[in-house]
Amino acid sequence: MVSIEYYIGLSAILFIIGTMGVLTRRNAIIIFMSIELMLNAANLLFVAFARMFEALGGQIFVFFVMTVAAAEVAVGLALIVAVFRTKQTINIDEASTLKG
Amino acid sequence: MLLSETTTTGFLELVPWIVFFPVIGLLLNIIFGRRWGELGVAITAVSASALSLVVSVLQFITLQGAHGEAMVYKLAEWLHIGSFSIPWEFRVDTLSVTMMLVVSGVGTLIHLYAVGYMHYDVRYKGDPKSYARFFIYLNLFIAMMMILVSGNSYLMLFVGWEGVGLCSFLLIGFWFTKNPDATEGTQNSYAAKKAFIANRVGDFGFLMAMFLTFWHFGTLSFSELFPEVAHYEGPESLVWWIAGFMLLGVTGKSAQIPLYVWLPDAMAGPTPVSALIHAATMVTAGVYLVARSAPVFSAVEGVHVMVALVGAATALFAATIAVGQYDIKKVLAYSTVSQLGFMVAAVGMGAYVAGMFHLVTHAFFKALLFLGSGSVILAVERGHHPLVETGDADASHGHDDHGHDDHHGEVFDPQDMRNMGGLRKKIPWTFWTYMAGTLALAGIFPFAGFWSKDEILLDASHFEGAMAVYWLLVIAAAFTAFYMGRQVWMVFFGEPRHHAAEEAKESPWTVLLPLVVLAILSTLGGFMNWPFESGLEPHRFGHWLEYTLKVSLGHELHIPEFSFSVAIQSTLIAVAAIFISWLVYGRKPLKSGQTDPLAKALGPIFKGMNAKWWVDELYQAVILTPYEKLAKFLSQTIDWSFWHDWFHEKGIRDNFQRLANFLANPIDMGVIDKISYLLAQGAQGSAGWLSKLQTGFVRNYALAVFTGVVVILGYLVLFR
Amino acid sequence: MDFILEPLNLVTFFPLVGVLVLLFLKKDQKDAARWTALVASLVTFAISLWVLSQFKASETGLQMEVNATWFTFGAWEIKYALGVDGLSILLLLLTTFLTPISILSTWTAVEDRVRDFMLFFLLLEVGMVGVFLAQDLFLFYVFWEFTLVPMYFLIGIWGGAERMYAAIKFFLYTMAGSILMLLAILWLGNNQGTFYVPALIEQGGIPENLQTWLFFAFAAAFAIKVPMWPLHSWLPDAHVQAPTAGSVILAGVLLKMGTYGFLRFNIPLFPEAAKEWAWLMALLAVIGILYGAAVSYWQKDVKKLVAYSSVSHLGFVMLGLFALNPQGIEGAILQMVNHGLSTGALFLLIGVIYERRHTREFSEFGGLWKVMPVYAVVTLIVSLSSMGLPGLNGFVGEFTILLGAWGAGQEGLLGNNGVLYAGFAAAGVILAAVYILYMFGTMFLGPLTNEKNENLKDLNWREVVTLVPLLVLIFWIGLYPKPFFDLMAPTVEHLVATLGM
Repeated sequence: MVSIEYYIGLSAILFIIGTMGVLTRRNAIIIFMSIELMLNAANLLFVAFARMFEALGGQIFVFFVMTVAAAEVAVGLALIVAVFRTKQTINIDEASTLKG
Repeated sequence: MLLSETTTTGFLELVPWIVFFPVIGLLLNIIFGRRWGELGVAITAVSASALSLVVSVLQFITLQGAHGEAMVYKLAEWLHIGSFSIPWEFRVDTLSVTMMLVVSGVGTLIHLYAVGYMHYDVRYKGDPKSYARFFIYLNLFIAMMMILVSGNSYLMLFVGWEGVGLCSFLLIGFWFTKNPDATEGTQNSYAAKKAFIANRVGDFGFLMAMFLTFWHFGTLSFSELFPEVAHYEGPESLVWWIAGFMLLGVTGKSAQIPLYVWLPDAMAGPTPVSALIHAATMVTAGVYLVARSAPVFSAVEGVHVMVALVGAATALFAATIAVGQYDIKKVLAYSTVSQLGFMVAAVGMGAYVAGMFHLVTHAFFKALLFLGSGSVILAVERGHHPLVETGDADASHGHDDHGHDDHHGEVFDPQDMRNMGGLRKKIPWTFWTYMAGTLALAGIFPFAGFWSKDEILLDASHFEGAMAVYWLLVIAAAFTAFYMGRQVWMVFFGEPRHHAAEEAKESPWTVLLPLVVLAILSTLGGFMNWPFESGLEPHRFGHWLEYTLKVSLGHELHIPEFSFSVAIQSTLIAVAAIFISWLVYGRKPLKSGQTDPLAKALGPIFKGMNAKWWVDELYQAVILTPYEKLAKFLSQTIDWSFWHDWFHEKGIRDNFQRLANFLANPIDMGVIDKISYLLAQGAQGSAGWLSKLQTGFVRNYALAVFTGVVVILGYLVLFR
Repeated sequence: MDFILEPLNLVTFFPLVGVLVLLFLKKDQKDAARWTALVASLVTFAISLWVLSQFKASETGLQMEVNATWFTFGAWEIKYALGVDGLSILLLLLTTFLTPISILSTWTAVEDRVRDFMLFFLLLEVGMVGVFLAQDLFLFYVFWEFTLVPMYFLIGIWGGAERMYAAIKFFLYTMAGSILMLLAILWLGNNQGTFYVPALIEQGGIPENLQTWLFFAFAAAFAIKVPMWPLHSWLPDAHVQAPTAGSVILAGVLLKMGTYGFLRFNIPLFPEAAKEWAWLMALLAVIGILYGAAVSYWQKDVKKLVAYSSVSHLGFVMLGLFALNPQGIEGAILQMVNHGLSTGALFLLIGVIYERRHTREFSEFGGLWKVMPVYAVVTLIVSLSSMGLPGLNGFVGEFTILLGAWGAGQEGLLGNNGVLYAGFAAAGVILAAVYILYMFGTMFLGPLTNEKNENLKDLNWREVVTLVPLLVLIFWIGLYPKPFFDLMAPTVEHLVATLGM
C-alpha cells in the first residue's frame, strides 16, 4: 500500500514538468504533449483520491478528462495543421498576428 | 310558360338549331378551314346558313299549325340571382319567325354570293388566306342575329344585339390593313372601331332600359313582361325613360340620328357584308326591337311622337346626304340610313305592320342593290386588273396595301361613280337586277318598295301626333327617287369614263344567282301584304303579325285601308324626282373629268351634302377631341404629374426623406452619435495602451494564466 | 396526421412540399425547379378541386373547418382556424388555378435564378390561399402580410428596369394600410374577447360610432389593395415593373384579397357602418370606373393600360359589393373571378409579345394580326371579355353588378341616387370599349409598319396551353354561369339577410 503522499508528489512533479514544457517550448506539438502531461497528472490524483475515499466519482471523472483530452487533441492537431499550412512552421511564436 | 301550352308544338324543339348550325359551321371552318380549301369552306358555311333557313321554315310551318300562337322553348338556365332569373329561352312567334326567315333567307343568298365575290376580292386584296376567315365571321353573324331575333327576353336579345355588333366590327375591319393613308374617317380599322363604339353608346341606353324595366316590372322576359306593361298604370315618366333609353339603343343599332354616323363608314367592309349586315338584317334590329317592345312604346301616347320624329328626321337628313355622294356604296349607305328612318318612323307611330313590312321588302331590295353594287365594283375591278384566271393574284398586286395604283400613277377607286358610266351593256344581268332594286327603292308600282313605303306614308297621313312626320317622309321619298335616279344614270348610262369601265366584265354565276333571286323578291315581295280582296285574304302579312302584336299589345291592330290618293301622290312625286334626275344626269351624261352638274347648280348646299353636313367633324370637335383631351389631362396631369409624381413622390416620399435626413444628420449624428463617439474615443485611448499587453505569443499568455493561478491559489491558501 | 390531412390544411400548405424540394436543388437545375413548382401547384389545384367536391353549396356556414388553438397570449386566444364558404370557394379555386398557369408562363421568360423564383412563387401561393381561408383575424393578418414578402422579391429581383422602386412602393403602400387594420384587429380582440370571425359576427354589439372607425381602419388596408381610387398609385408601377407571372398573380389574385376583405370582414363585422357608408364606397367605385377608363385610354404602354383598366374593373366589383343586395354581391364575386381570368390572360398575352420584342410601347406595334393570327384572335376574345361582351364572362358580372347597384337605389340604400351610380357606371362600359378597342386596334389592326414585327412567331404550344384553360372559363362563365352562382348564392343570400336588407 503506497501512501497518498507519494501520489501527490509524483503528480505535482509531473504537473510542474508539464507546466514548464508549456511555458518554455516553442514547438506546438511539444506544448501539446506537455498539456497532456498536465492532464494526466490530474488524472493520477483523481484515481489516487478515488482509491483513498473508496468513491467511484474520481474514476469516472478520469474518463471524462480522457475524452475531453482526445477531443482537444483532435481539434488542436487540426489547428496545428491549419497553422502549418499557412505559415509553413509550427513555431507558435511565429503565430502572433493577434498582437495588439 | 303559359304561352307554350299549345296543342301542337311541331318542330319547336328544333329552334335552337337556328343558332347551333351556324356555330357548328364556324367551328368546322376554324378547325379545318385552312386544310380544305375554298370549296370546303364555302360548302360548310353556306350549308350552315341554309340549314338555319330550313329550321326557320320549319318554325314557320309549326306556327301555321298553331294558328300563330306564340311558343317558347327553354334550352337551359342562364342567370339566376335572387329574384332575377333569365334562362336561355327561344321565342317562336310570328314576329320572330318573320325575322328568322329574313335573316336566314337573305343570309343564305348572301353567303352564296360571297362564295363568288370573295374569291376575287381576297385576290385583289392580296390575301387569299382570308377566305375562311370571312365565312367564319359571316356564320358567327348569322348565329348572333338568330339569338337576337329569337330570344325571349331583353337580355338574350341583348346578347345577340352586342354579338352582331362584334361581327359588324370584325367585318368592317375585315381588310384591316387597308387605307392606312386615308384620313382617319375612312381608314378601315378606324371605321370598325367607330361602329363598335357608336353601338356601345346605344347599348348603354339599352342597358339602362333593361335596369329600369327589371326593377319596376321584376322581369325581363317578354312573356312575363308584356302582360304587365299592357296593364301598367303607374307614372308616365317611367315609360318615357324606358322608351327613351331604348330609343337610344335603336339609334345606335339602326343608325338613326344622332348615332347614325358609323353606318356610312361601315361600307369599308366587303360588299356582301354591307348587304347582309349593314342593309338587310343587323341594322333593322332596332326596328325589330321597337316592334317587339310595342307594348312599352304604346303604353304612353307621346312616346310615339318622339320615336316617329327621330325616324322621319333621319329619313330626310340621310336622303339629302345621299344626293351628294360619289361612292356607289356611300349612296346606298345613306339610303339605308334614310330607309331605316322610314321604318323607325313607322314602328314609332305604332304602325308596326307597315314598319315590319318595309323591313322585309327593304331587306330584299337593299340587299339586291348592295350586291348589285358589289357586282359593279367587281366588274370594274376586273376590268381594271384582269386576274390571271388560274387563281392567285399576280405578284405586282400581291402586297399592295395602298390601294390600286393606276398605270398612269393616279389612285384608282373602283367604287367611285365618276369612274363608271355606260355599264348597262357591259354587265346586263347586273344592270337589270339593279333596276329592279332601284325601282323598288324609289317606290314605283308594282315593285315591293311601293307597297311597303306606301303603307308607311298611309299610316303617317293618319298619324295625329305630328303631321311633320308625314311631310318629312314624303320629301325624303322624293329625295330617294332622285338619288337613285342619279346613281343609275351615272353608273349604267352614258359613256364609260374610265378604261376600267370600258373593260368591265360580268360577274360569275354565284354572284348573279342571288341577284336574280333577290330581284324577283324585290319585284313580287310586295304582294305578301296585298291590300285588296282578291281570293286571298287581304293584308296577309299584317294579320300574320297581328297574332303576336295583339297579344302583346292587349288590343287589336288598326290596319288602315289602302288609299289611292296617298298612293298616287307618292308615285307622282317619285316619278317626278326620277324625271328631274334624268334632266340633270340622264339627258346630258357626265363626261370624264366633268364636275357634277348638281354641284354647280346648288353650290354650297351640294358641298354640305357631299361633306355629310360636317356631322363627323362636329362630333370630333364636340365629343371625341374633348374626351381625348380629358383623358390626356387625367392621365398625364392629374394621375401622373400630380398624383403619382407630385403627391406621392414629392409629397410623401421626399418629405419623408427630408424628415429622415433631419433625424439622421442633426439629431442622430449631432447629438446621439456625439455621446457614443466620446465614449468610443475614451475606449480607443485606453485600448491603445492596453493593447501592448497583447503580445501575440501564446506562451506569454500561458505564463500569465499560470501566474494568475498561483496568485489566486496563494491567496486562498495563505489568507483564507 | 389526421390534422395535416384536413383538406384545408393540405390545400394551404401543400406548396411547401414543393418549396422543400426546391431547397435541395442546385442553382443550375432550372428545368427541375420549373417542373417541381409546376407539379406542386398542380397538385394544389387538384386538392382544391377535391375541396370543391366536398363543398356543399346549399350550406351557408363555414365548411371543412379546421379549428385549433394556435397560442394564447394573456387573455387572448389566437386560433388556427381555416374554413371555406360560398364567399371564398371561388377565390380559392381562382388562386390555385392561376398559380400553375403563371408558373407555366415563366418557362422561358425567367432564366435567372429560376429556383428562387419558383420558391417565392410557391410561398406566395401559401399566403394567398391562407388569406382566403383564414377565419381568425390574427391568422388572417399573418397570411395577409406574408403575401407581401414573396411579391416584394418577385418584383424586386425579376422585375423591369425600375423594379426596386416599384417593389418598395408596393411594399410600403400596402403596409401602411395594414397597420391601421392591425390596430383595429387588436381592438376587436381586446374588447370583444376573441379573434375568431364567426364568433365576432354572432356576438355583434359593437357601438355604431365605433363601427365606423373600425370599418375605415379595415377599409384602409383593403382599399389600398383593391386598389380603390384614389389609392391606386402603386398599381401602375408594380404592374409595369413586375415580371409577367407576377402581374398575372398581382392582378388575378392579390387585388381580389382587397375586395374579399371588404366582403368577408367589413360588411359582416360592421354592418351598420357598411350600410351607412355604402354611398361613399359606391361613389369612389364609380369615380374609379370612369377615371380608370379615361386614364387607360391615354397610356403609351400596354401593360400600364391594362393596369389602369384594373382600377376601372375593380370599381365595378366595389360597386357591386356595396349595393348590398344579392345581385350586387354575387355579381361582384363573379366579377372578381372574371377579372382574374380576363386580366390575368391579358397580362399573359402581353408577356408573350414582350418576350418576343422586349417592348410594350404601342408605337412599336400595329398590324400584328397579319403575322400572329392566333395570338390576335385570343387577344381579341380576352379583350372582349374584359370590355363585357355578352356571351363572355365579363358581361355576366358587370350586368349583375349594375343591376344590383340600380336596385340598391330602389331600396333606398344608396339614397335616391342609386340610379345615378348605376348609370355612370354603365357609361364606363362605353369607355371600356373605347380604350380596349384603342389597344386592340393599335396593336393588331392597320398595316404592319414596323419591320421588326415582320418575323414574329405565333403562339407556341406551351403558350396555347397556358391560355386555353382561361379561354374555356371565359366562355363557360359567359354562357352558363349557373354553377358558379350556385356555389355562392346561399351564402350571399344569408349574408344579405343578416344585414337586414
